[in-house]
Amino acid sequence: MTDMTTSTAASSGRGTSPALDGRVPDGDLATKWEDHKFSMKLVNPNNKRRFDVIVVGTGLAGASAAASLGELGYRVKAFTFHDSPRRAHSIAAQGGINAAKNYPNDGDSVHRLFYDTVKGGDYRSREANVHRLAEVSVNIIDQATAQGVPFARDYGGLLDNRSFGGAQVSRTFYARGQTGQQLLIGAYSALMRQVAAGTVELHSRSEMLDVVVKDGRACGIVTRDLLSGEVTPHSAHAVVLATGGYGNVYFLSTNAMMCNVTAAWRAHRKGAFFANPCYTQIHPTCIPVSDDFQSKLTLMSESLRNDGRIWVPDAFDDARAAADIPESERDYYLERKYPAFGNLVPRDVASRNAKTVCDEGRGVGPLKNGVFLDFAAAIARDGVDAIAAKYGNLFDMYQRITGENPYEQPMRIYPAIHYTMGGLWVDYHLMTTVPGLYAVGEANFSDHGANRLGASALMQGLADGYFVLPYTIGDDLAGMLGEQAVPTDDPVFTEAVAGVNDEQHRWLSINGTKSVDHYHRELGRIVWEYIGMERDKAGLEKALTEIPALREEFHANVRVLGSADTLNQSLEKAGRVADFFELAELMARDALEREESCGGHFRAEHQTEDGEAQRDDDEFAHVAAWEWNGTGTAQTRHREELSFENVALSQRSYK
Amino acid sequence: MGSGHGETINVTLKVWRQDGPGDAGRFDVHQQAISTDASFLEMLDQLNEQLNDAGAEPVAFESDCREGICGTCGVMINGRAHGPQKATATCQLHMREFRDGDEIVVEPFRAAGFPVVRDLAVDRSPLDRIVEAGGYISVNTGAASDANLTPVPKPAADMAFDAAACIGCGACVAACPNSAAQLFTSAKIGHLGLLPQGQAERWSRTESMVETMEEFFGSCTNHGECSEACPKEISLDFIAFMNRDYMKAKVKNRALAGQR
Repeated sequence: MTDMTTSTAASSGRGTSPALDGRVPDGDLATKWEDHKFSMKLVNPNNKRRFDVIVVGTGLAGASAAASLGELGYRVKAFTFHDSPRRAHSIAAQGGINAAKNYPNDGDSVHRLFYDTVKGGDYRSREANVHRLAEVSVNIIDQATAQGVPFARDYGGLLDNRSFGGAQVSRTFYARGQTGQQLLIGAYSALMRQVAAGTVELHSRSEMLDVVVKDGRACGIVTRDLLSGEVTPHSAHAVVLATGGYGNVYFLSTNAMMCNVTAAWRAHRKGAFFANPCYTQIHPTCIPVSDDFQSKLTLMSESLRNDGRIWVPDAFDDARAAADIPESERDYYLERKYPAFGNLVPRDVASRNAKTVCDEGRGVGPLKNGVFLDFAAAIARDGVDAIAAKYGNLFDMYQRITGENPYEQPMRIYPAIHYTMGGLWVDYHLMTTVPGLYAVGEANFSDHGANRLGASALMQGLADGYFVLPYTIGDDLAGMLGEQAVPTDDPVFTEAVAGVNDEQHRWLSINGTKSVDHYHRELGRIVWEYIGMERDKAGLEKALTEIPALREEFHANVRVLGSADTLNQSLEKAGRVADFFELAELMARDALEREESCGGHFRAEHQTEDGEAQRDDDEFAHVAAWEWNGTGTAQTRHREELSFENVALSQRSYK
Repeated sequence: MGSGHGETINVTLKVWRQDGPGDAGRFDVHQQAISTDASFLEMLDQLNEQLNDAGAEPVAFESDCREGICGTCGVMINGRAHGPQKATATCQLHMREFRDGDEIVVEPFRAAGFPVVRDLAVDRSPLDRIVEAGGYISVNTGAASDANLTPVPKPAADMAFDAAACIGCGACVAACPNSAAQLFTSAKIGHLGLLPQGQAERWSRTESMVETMEEFFGSCTNHGECSEACPKEISLDFIAFMNRDYMKAKVKNRALAGQR
């Protein structure tokens, strides 16, 4: 294994790279999607059964896409590496889902949701995609409700909304603290209905380990059965990846243990460009790390900031209990620095400020690695019952994890990696740079620009799966009528299967001294240190030295025991961690090249006098999409220029 | 280890090891020093790290979100599905629930319907078969009317939610002396059957799901162990609701009522 990006990155120069045709239709923004739906080709209902479509992943985006394509009549094969499609990490989303329904009559509209999303993304997303997302948001709520998703309702029996993440309107639909689980059960039930109808063939405990490409077009995948170890080729006319984000490159994140970049990364190695890998989102309200053995971080819903006050002691290394620190010796630093927004500043601002006070030595808790989120004032004002009604389940969860009672002492919180805005580059049709290969949900580089707004991840996953892909994939497939899918005995498949088998045996034959988790944890430390909340040139260059060194050690010294023909969880993880190593290096390279601060990407060299992110719209109002050039060769950085015709670029301010 | 504020305790772990579905299986015994701040699964992570370092294969166990919502995890801890803490999935159980010197027996969920795959991992796919048999409302993408067209009385919505909170972990089956899946199935039937949107298929859904359930699982004899073990505390009332609906579905003249 040699470095792949340590040499100077090749660049495709200024202006949009010819390799990146976003296929954004011309015309008025507000009618673009409607007009385009009419201009796209259709597949006759009787012909849809002649097309095979593979969908990898059964979270919100994958399950909704597979179900919708099955309903249309396509022959769908759905794959999940979980034991059941219902387990995907979409399930853990707590807060809610945005939609421009304007039920509260408070001035929301499609245009406002579009505008807020572009602005919230710090002007690094494609206007046309975001507008479409806002348009179909309303259909998602209708669809989910009809499926039986039990959204919160008021006493009149109609749907309730709340304001979320500092939005000025109440457009967030929610289902107690488990909106993700309820929406996923809705999509999963729609999927299982198609399984029963025979339009979807479900493959559980099957992990995709390669994308197969023939004559420049995706024609299938290779999977490994996680129980038997059997490696199998699957052929189709189109392949859809709905395999989530890459937050677990940090080892510690709020992602589920099995979330990984492998499907997306292996697609990248087969020619799909990877866009904006340095755009990662830190969530400000997570439970701090408590020990070396920590396996993951737990999110405490952002809604807590509506009533909790964030503070640290004035004094350094103040070891007193919170209750013993008088008001006059507390620093409510967000309220002090941002009087207008106070504790409700956006996620990135809240996160960076927490890091600053902890780095100063004013952190709280046994490891001095958190800040207080204090409900004493809210409890005194509204009473314990009112606070329990709003946050009871979260308070209980906090107590189970920390052993501390947040009704009696402040919570301790610290930022953690939560979501990744970067991902596979896709055009307006959600197709990657490999024809026939699509990416939906968090797996694509998405509509969130450099920063995602709260309650917008569920919206995007379901928009892609229910209301965008089922239209756009038909336009592509219509041109293939009469063509047979590539048979699985074609050499492209047999070679890919052999490659996957070789990989399994390679891991088992290294027989080194350290576990896969050991290397994953060490990699995570580097990525968090240098490509975390705040990046600078020196740190990123250090990351570009340390990551390849550790990667070489990993490939030479990892110990994977057992065999390839049973359930072998270390073996599964080895391949995933190998891909994280390669991704981490690209993240550092991408962060280094992006000489500006925007959204979740904060370069210390680029900040205003007040310490806010400073964009460089002249140089960097573009998507950076990286092209794999083979192991050991620098990747090429392509640009897709972003034009803003409907939103005026401005500097964010929360003072 | 132990740089947090938890104390370190020593426990004796008796862990079930089984190489595959056909293997007889055995208990391995390990002494484990562990911080009380660690979660139960982080203790197993540490055990696996030590086993791997010593050249022994790690214990296979399943988990994913580690936030008590995905339903992937679940083992028997001292004979109880998900262990001693009420309303808590295995991943949310922390070692502060245990004392220095405790012996902890860790086994897979035991049920004929959940064959052991390896060590602590079992196959719960029959739960998907039950959902496939009717655990949905038949509405194609795009066919929905405006979400506020049909008001749902708040008490019905709230009760449907209580049922919908099921995470599909299968602890109810593992806890039941009969390995019955009534609580799981009734949670789904209750969720959909209480909502106006779910009425059109209410009777056919109930009949089909109950009969599929019976292909895989034992019969309910009202022990109530399921609800005790349930990390989401799903109520036994839903089983009564399901039984009533199943009776109704069977006695209705469905052909004349136009419901089938």
